[in-house]
Amino acid sequence: MTNPWVAFVLVPMIKIVVILGTVVLATAYMSFFERRLVGFLQIRLGPNRVGWFGVLQPIADALKLFAKEDIVPSRVEKIVYLSGPVLIIVPSLVVFSVIPFGPPTTLFGLLPEPIAPFVTDINISVLFVMGVSSFGIYGIILGGWASNNKFSLMGGLRSAAQLISYEVPMGFAVVAVLLMAGSLSLVDIIEAQRQAHVWFVFPGIVAFFIYFVCGIAETNRNPFDLPEAEAELVGGFHTEYSGMKFAFYFLAEYANMILISSMATVLFFGGWLRPFPSWGWLSFLDVVPPFLWFVAKVAGFLYCYIWFRGTFPRVRFDQLMALGWKVFIPVSLANLMVIGAVIVLLGGGR
Amino acid sequence: MSQDLYLLSSLPDSEEMEVSFGPQHPATHGVLRVMVRLDGERILDAKPIIGYLHRGTEKLFETMHFNGCIPHTDRLDYTTAAANNQAFVGAVERLMGVTIPPRAAWIRMMLAEMQRLASHIIWLATHALDIGAMSPFFYTFQERESILDLFEEYCGARLTLNAMRVGGQPFDLPEGWLGRLRAFVDQLPARIAEWERLLTGNRIWKQRTVGVGVISAADAINWGLTGPPLRGSGVRWDVRKALPYDGYDEVEFEVPIGQNGDTYDRYLVRMEEMRQSLRILRQCLDRLPDGPVMAKVPKVLKPPKGEVYHSVEGPKGELGFYLVSDGSTQPYRLHVRPSSFINLQSLPELVRGGLVADLVAIIGTLDIVLGEIDR
Amino acid sequence: MAEQETPTPQAPAVALPAWEANPVTPDPRDARQHAQVAELAAAVPDAVLEAVDMAGQVTVLVVTERLLEVFRACREQLGYGFLVDCTAVDWRDRPEGRFDVVWWLHRHAGEQRLRLKVRVADGVEVPSATTSWKTANWMEREVWDMFGIRFAGHPNLERILTWEGFTGHPLRKDFPVEGIDTGAAIYPDIYPPGGGPTKAGGAQ
Repeated sequence: MTNPWVAFVLVPMIKIVVILGTVVLATAYMSFFERRLVGFLQIRLGPNRVGWFGVLQPIADALKLFAKEDIVPSRVEKIVYLSGPVLIIVPSLVVFSVIPFGPPTTLFGLLPEPIAPFVTDINISVLFVMGVSSFGIYGIILGGWASNNKFSLMGGLRSAAQLISYEVPMGFAVVAVLLMAGSLSLVDIIEAQRQAHVWFVFPGIVAFFIYFVCGIAETNRNPFDLPEAEAELVGGFHTEYSGMKFAFYFLAEYANMILISSMATVLFFGGWLRPFPSWGWLSFLDVVPPFLWFVAKVAGFLYCYIWFRGTFPRVRFDQLMALGWKVFIPVSLANLMVIGAVIVLLGGGR
Repeated sequence: MSQDLYLLSSLPDSEEMEVSFGPQHPATHGVLRVMVRLDGERILDAKPIIGYLHRGTEKLFETMHFNGCIPHTDRLDYTTAAANNQAFVGAVERLMGVTIPPRAAWIRMMLAEMQRLASHIIWLATHALDIGAMSPFFYTFQERESILDLFEEYCGARLTLNAMRVGGQPFDLPEGWLGRLRAFVDQLPARIAEWERLLTGNRIWKQRTVGVGVISAADAINWGLTGPPLRGSGVRWDVRKALPYDGYDEVEFEVPIGQNGDTYDRYLVRMEEMRQSLRILRQCLDRLPDGPVMAKVPKVLKPPKGEVYHSVEGPKGELGFYLVSDGSTQPYRLHVRPSSFINLQSLPELVRGGLVADLVAIIGTLDIVLGEIDR
Repeated sequence: MAEQETPTPQAPAVALPAWEANPVTPDPRDARQHAQVAELAAAVPDAVLEAVDMAGQVTVLVVTERLLEVFRACREQLGYGFLVDCTAVDWRDRPEGRFDVVWWLHRHAGEQRLRLKVRVADGVEVPSATTSWKTANWMEREVWDMFGIRFAGHPNLERILTWEGFTGHPLRKDFPVEGIDTGAAIYPDIYPPGGGPTKAGGAQ
């Protein structure tokens, strides 16, 4: 690839289109799998009419949402109201530019030289992900405020408080991984797990649990789905949104779930690495392409999301705050200190 | 627990906000409207506003023949049609001095207990859904279907049963119905245990219900609570035991009570009541007497001049009918003692100081049906 | 009519509840000697006007002016802790007072019930039972809403089932069953005034 136009414009463009398309399609199908799976958990069928076992259901839903009337309630703060869905969907899709879906690949020899199946690998990608994904809160809080609806406002406020509270322990949990990996690049973190011969979930089990629970809270999913608690706040921050604007909130929620699952995979479960990458006798597992390992791990986390939704009641707002501030922050801090101390004792890290 | 760290209310200039919950809101079980004054998320005061479903049933009763009233009683609390029928026909029979055949009394008892199960099931489903647990809704509705199927087989209706007449029962049980009921009764305990596994020990469920909506025994009586809300506060009082009707003094059952009068205790009481209903049903199946199901009553009912009040233990509390007759073929006045209406009255007392999420839990735990409240 | 005879009960195969086995013939009987009435009469002298026992239920007609004392005595001395319900009956043309207001009380010790009743004319205020039983609040609001009987001392006597601004009291016998024109007919070109179910008239 000597032509810089190919290397710096065409290839990234194709990657962006492919990844964006994949992510959007994955979010749409995430909703389909959620409905089927929750249906399965709840002894009912779920959508099974459109296409083979209902696989075309997300397409039909998307078409329906596109075709719906675009309602803007009369007393909303129009500019802010309309920018809410944009503010939430953009960050949740942008962060996928740094998620390493797999190692550089030639696509089974189709390409002349290996291409990395991610848009870019920047050396601060962990910070990038955490920073950009936090922007999504603006979409929720502004949308909730601009809707001129008390339920929306309360949903927005809850969401803001929740996100801020859970960002902190989540950050500490991630720092524990950074200490072990010694890098902020997601690709390097995966490499570090290969070199350490162990997924970071084993030394960092506490950090992993904190990360994943905080991730559920950050994505507003059951049992922490307070901002949109149907029984209390009608629809929460998206009460007044309908049609495509609602679909953006909806897609963003699912994109964030995929993001949290992907990050958990990369940080704690070795990203695209097969299980126990150093055990030679497991090398027959290498026939599975690394990308599929990644997808399988992400799917496992996504299943947990749905499983929790089918199982748990919803916590109350004060309990959620208490859990975040009184349990997770002290525990994650203590965990950070323990991991730091162990790394120093084992030879000062890398 | 509710004194835990709470961000919004501790802000110095947090302003009070008034929110109208309902009449169209997913958690108000119909068309209940609650005006809530909030400080952040903490409830300063709540005021239930009712009447959106008012159909003037009591006025309509005055224009109808006695047997014509029965289908209208179905529509008061549409989840407990059998109990409504039972209370109404009991009142008319009492005023007329009619003794119903024992088989009819036992069939009524069976229908009433099945209705209690169905009502508690629908309560559990919606209560759990309000607190955010989605799956119990579907698990429980499957069992409710079986009960409704049995109802349908007996009287042709699933919801608005119209299954009792003054003087007894309109039909005897269909062939094989008892066997199907027994099969249902035998498999339900396993289902109840399954639901309890999902909820009873669940930490989040306990966090959401223990200590929420507490009412003391003395207050519960003062507020006129009946049914599970009263028993949850530790008062062992049940119309079936206190003022027995039909065959309830011949069957053995316990009246479960709670200790703390909170939402969790009311939940436990109702779960245990389901088991006790099954116990009554089993005794009914074993000991159902033979004989006719209808006493000899005239085609046109003309109770003597006078007044009578007859109450039954409905699934939601004491359900009574106050019947005043002027000796004609229509009730002169027929008043319903609606258990939901009187239980709902204590709502402001229960939610004051709680959070918005508690309001939803407490509306669920009172187990109200707006058809009965608004009449 | 001949059909009015009490039907002969079937021979019961098993023992029946007390009032079914020995049906209390629903003739009203004087119950001044009944224990519950006697103790009430002793607690509040000169308050009991009449006492009737019908179908095993005791009704005591009390003097309206002494009602508050009766409530207090029932709750505090006689142990009727539970107010079961309160309602009213409209006897439109009765000379001694148009309405019966009825309360029934329950005593947990012995599981006994007592029905109190007063006769009041239209426009007369009845003392509120809310001072003795909190549960009387909504019941009395309902009676006000449905019958237009005011309760003195009620903390919040508003309409409860109909809306604020509704005219008339639906359970009065002179209120038409088909309803009144409440001003809700906002499409006079489609539904001409005077036609259909919103016919005007009747309300006080």
